[in-house]
Amino acid sequence: MEVVQLQRSFVECMASLFREGLLDAQFSQLQQLQDDSNPDFVVEVVSLFFEDSERLLNDLTMALDQPNVDFKQVDAHVHQLKGSSSSVGAQRVKNCCVLFRNCCEEQNTEACLQCLQQIKQEHLLVKNKLQTLFELEQQIVAAGGAIPMVQ
Amino acid sequence: MDFYSSSSTNSRGIGEPCPADEPHVLAVDDNLVDRKLVERLLKKSSCKVTTAENGLRALEYLGLGSDQKHSTTGNGSKVNMIITDYCMPGMTGYELLKKIKESSILKDVPVVIMSSENIPTRIDQCMEEGAQMFMLKPLKHSDVKSLRCQLMQ
Repeated sequence: MEVVQLQRSFVECMASLFREGLLDAQFSQLQQLQDDSNPDFVVEVVSLFFEDSERLLNDLTMALDQPNVDFKQVDAHVHQLKGSSSSVGAQRVKNCCVLFRNCCEEQNTEACLQCLQQIKQEHLLVKNKLQTLFELEQQIVAAGGAIPMVQ
Repeated sequence: MDFYSSSSTNSRGIGEPCPADEPHVLAVDDNLVDRKLVERLLKKSSCKVTTAENGLRALEYLGLGSDQKHSTTGNGSKVNMIITDYCMPGMTGYELLKKIKESSILKDVPVVIMSSENIPTRIDQCMEEGAQMFMLKPLKHSDVKSLRCQLMQ
């Protein structure tokens, strides 16, 4: 595929991530921290986030599957997820976590399960889109092009 | 906001004055992603960074661990600032702050508390205990830059 086309796809992918609220300004902060001495910073942090969050989502699934749900434990996991999603700018995941914590406070297992479902969906959505973004980035670089700066 | 004003003679613990070019910061956070972020933010502001994943590890590094007899065996004298998350399992950032302020060797090392939650009573509690600053997460480059400037003074 032509570099120009790849670059256009990249710009559109990035724009839609922000437009749809999947990412917020904190992601831009991550991008600003990337430079020649740390050229892979964004990919590294985002990968760390997805590894960490997948583990947390598994822990949450197990915790909510118990006959006597330990809501303190569930809340602790959600707190972690909220923190890291906020730090990478995964806005919709973070917002789901806020709702989730309310359900934990009310000790409402059913509502918590719904929140978990929602978070998993949002998580998958942003993960897939970011993966597409990173792949486009790689393809652009491989084709000798420059990564467009998206404000 | 309480500014920590330091005089050059007694504010840095044993030994070295704060090297204006590369202060050494100990960053404490139980969250892996946040640790990576704070480390990068500090390095981008020309700080040397050591990270710890909880209060106990931080105290051990500083030489204040429960099994360490003398504080001088730790790295406390090399650290120019400690930045810690508030919510951590085991020992909170507040408890860590207290332990540091109780240490004759480390009490003058500035301690910054970070939190994702904006709770005034929490903030007051930390400032009263002697925290240099309380910062809201997620941290931004501008936050760390201003912190860095404070360290230079």
